Amino acid sequence: MENKHLISITDYTKEEIFKILDLAEDFEKNPNQNLLNNKVVATLFFEPSTRTRLSFESAISRLGGKYIGFTDASSSSVSKGESVKDTIMTVANYSDMIVMRHPIEGSARWASEVSRVPIVNAGDGANQHPTQTMLDLYSIRKTQGTLDNLNVCFVGDLKYGRTVHSLLQAMAMFNTSYNFVSPKELRIPDEYKLFLDRKVLKYEEHRELDEIIADADIIYMTRIQRERFSDPMEYEKTKNAYVLKNEMLKDTKENMKVLHPLPRVNEIHTNVDENHKAYYFTQALNGVYTRQAIITYILGLK
Amino acid sequence: MEMNDKKLQVSAIKDGTVIDHIPANNLFKVINILNLDKVETQMTFGSNFESKKLGLKAIIKLSDVFFENDDINKIALVAPEAKLNIIKDYNVVEKKIVEVPDSINGIAKCMNPKCITNHEGIVTRFTVVSKKDVAIKCHYCEKITDAEHMEIS
Repeated sequence: MENKHLISITDYTKEEIFKILDLAEDFEKNPNQNLLNNKVVATLFFEPSTRTRLSFESAISRLGGKYIGFTDASSSSVSKGESVKDTIMTVANYSDMIVMRHPIEGSARWASEVSRVPIVNAGDGANQHPTQTMLDLYSIRKTQGTLDNLNVCFVGDLKYGRTVHSLLQAMAMFNTSYNFVSPKELRIPDEYKLFLDRKVLKYEEHRELDEIIADADIIYMTRIQRERFSDPMEYEKTKNAYVLKNEMLKDTKENMKVLHPLPRVNEIHTNVDENHKAYYFTQALNGVYTRQAIITYILGLK
Repeated sequence: MEMNDKKLQVSAIKDGTVIDHIPANNLFKVINILNLDKVETQMTFGSNFESKKLGLKAIIKLSDVFFENDDINKIALVAPEAKLNIIKDYNVVEKKIVEVPDSINGIAKCMNPKCITNHEGIVTRFTVVSKKDVAIKCHYCEKITDAEHMEIS
């Protein structure tokens, strides 16, 4: 039988995504289930990502499984020059599933072609981070009661933010209307606009955050990093234009929720945290349930 | 035997394939893509012939070699205007034009320096997302390489 993997969100059909979201709902009600008894999951973090790793390790632990792995490449044989292929073929001997994060794009797809156990992509460079997308979808469905016909406003670094790219692709299955708010240098790339054109979905681009947030069902905030700007003056000028503050939420819809893949720096003012429209910490909790669902689905345990 | 293009008539072949309208500077890429260095029958090629359409063109004549469409279409990336004449008993029995295929394995390089195919010895795989201005999408990193940045080996 061919292995089931999760490499790119676009590999999964709408039905498979719903199946995983339903399973995640079940884990939210009943998080501790010993389904991974006697199973070993390898968590290979070729670059550090504390948040994602802890979320996976929490999910594995709540399922009663064991995990092995490394937390950055310097503490593994990769620092001796071992190829992805060799690392994966070796670790596949020690585990029932491999969760991997790697800075090189396409590494997870390649791993899935050489591994004899399932691969879950926990981020491959700027390419894909499908478990994040899945937990974003879970959070949106949970707070809105549906994924259909929503207005989603993406804010911040829309050029390099892979969570934005994956989520916009996934949401394209649900007749979403999009607003993209970013500085000029970090606009959404043309290939995603072409993708939405082909799907005949509505989108608008904006420079100002307060212009359109009244229409939003979801505001998806992302971090703007200084090193993305060729001109540091440009960063200083724009950084405060994309900060969400509590008073700005006054005229937003009652059902509206603010999401953020975290870590946050200053793009959401801390005075938003107490607002019932702030959802980013619960979103991170949803990540554990969603990853429990993904692991058990892929291993055929649910 | 017809002599419809006297200038280019290097030597007529009895049976085989003539590939015409190759851009002169891509002749050796075509030879590589089709593995013509391994051909054991007679092969003649010429380059830098004048062409109204291409400026300078090249031509390859292969005795007793016939291509499958899937194979010949690979050269569409470097010779999109190429025309094939299939020769049987000194006569042109069929003319073919090349078509950009739906997928491309092996011959193109992904333009993304952070792509795994540029770091480990992996045969590249692409799906063609645009045939007019050729653009290909990497099976691994999912980035698009356009005609301007395409490197063919």
